[in-house]
Amino acid sequence: MTNKEWPLWEVFIRAKQGLNHKHVGSLHAADQTMAIENARDVYTRRMEGVSIWVVESKYIHANEPSEQDALFDPANDKVYRHPTFYILPEELNHM
Amino acid sequence: MEINLEEQFQAKIEQEIKIEPRDWMPEKYRKTLLRQISQHAHSEIVGMLPEGNWITRAPNLRRKVALLAKVQDEAGHGLYLYSAAETLGMSRDQMLEELHTGKAKYSSIFNYPTLTWADMGAIGWLVDGAAIMNQVPLCRTSYGPYARAMVRVCKEESFHQRQGYEIMLTLCKGSEAQKAMAQDALNRWWWPSIMMFGPNDDNSPNSAQSMKWKIKRFSNDELRQKFIDVTVSQTEILGLTIPDKDLKWNESRGHYDFGTINWEEFNNVVAGKGPCNKERLNARVKAWENGAWVRDAATAYAEKRANKKNNSTEAA
Ligand SMILES: [Fe+2]
Ligand SMILES: [Fe+2]
Repeated sequence: MTNKEWPLWEVFIRAKQGLNHKHVGSLHAADQTMAIENARDVYTRRMEGVSIWVVESKYIHANEPSEQDALFDPANDKVYRHPTFYILPEELNHM
Repeated sequence: MEINLEEQFQAKIEQEIKIEPRDWMPEKYRKTLLRQISQHAHSEIVGMLPEGNWITRAPNLRRKVALLAKVQDEAGHGLYLYSAAETLGMSRDQMLEELHTGKAKYSSIFNYPTLTWADMGAIGWLVDGAAIMNQVPLCRTSYGPYARAMVRVCKEESFHQRQGYEIMLTLCKGSEAQKAMAQDALNRWWWPSIMMFGPNDDNSPNSAQSMKWKIKRFSNDELRQKFIDVTVSQTEILGLTIPDKDLKWNESRGHYDFGTINWEEFNNVVAGKGPCNKERLNARVKAWENGAWVRDAATAYAEKRANKKNNSTEAA
């Protein structure tokens, strides 16, 4: 017995044609083929998807939660990026 | 600048901001969750055994596909929950090891035997019913991965309870013997089901902390009372009798009063002395050991394929 744990995979599912793939959870599998088959069994037993992506979890890179403020701060004070920043006359409909 | 991480954490909890795996959390929060989620996962997995016992003996194909689908769902629930628990830093194999050595617990209800087909009805109706009562508030639990897993679980549970109730209903509309079988199942499953909510609040020392951390939203006794209140009328529709002579409506409380729970029995089953503890654990250990060659073969095959791919890309 090798006692080796199968790697962890993150599962992304497209719920229906036209939507983007969304992260739904993770699972263990020996390889990508098994990961997709397991994802079908674990995450799409009720037609929750039409397409599956699996990515080995070790390839996911993320920012540090503790640096969240610094990372997202630059976007915080840029209200002029939103349409409501601009003051237009009321008689101007639909813009 | 002196930052009190624990206070910041509690402030997030108060503001209903979910905690995610890489966020700072008190060590005790992590441990409490890890214990609760892994126990929950083990319960889903061990919970397949009592019902698995009847799949081949289901009375017709309709019942068989339903039971098979239900048991498969429970496997899925176990997997969602193991994944959620792994985000707290314990490996899957380590969790299974704790189950197999008896270090980790699972819900005591699954240590009772399934003696007749009516037990499939009683389990779906009462055991899944009690589980739903517990699980619905967990969809809002403070730990993100746990809450998300519970949302998936809850979506799937309602069919479990309905198929169980339908089995009971069919038996109750059947022959005298069938109705008696349904009553017998209710008699055996009632008390273990209401014990599923855990010890009384004054005997549940960790509850207060879990409520403060918003892991739990309602106390054991609150959930138990809610379950009893909704189950009484369901029992009346079946024409069955709940095996509790003290059960009666209390106008002033607006709830049903009920008899004293036999906590000695509960503690015995938790301590491993229930009717099926050994059998359940043996079945899990056997499945794990007999599956070892499959896990190894799959690993070897994946490695071989990865090597082949590497070699061919090097050659090209
Ligand atoms: Fe379940
Ligand atoms: Fe269930």
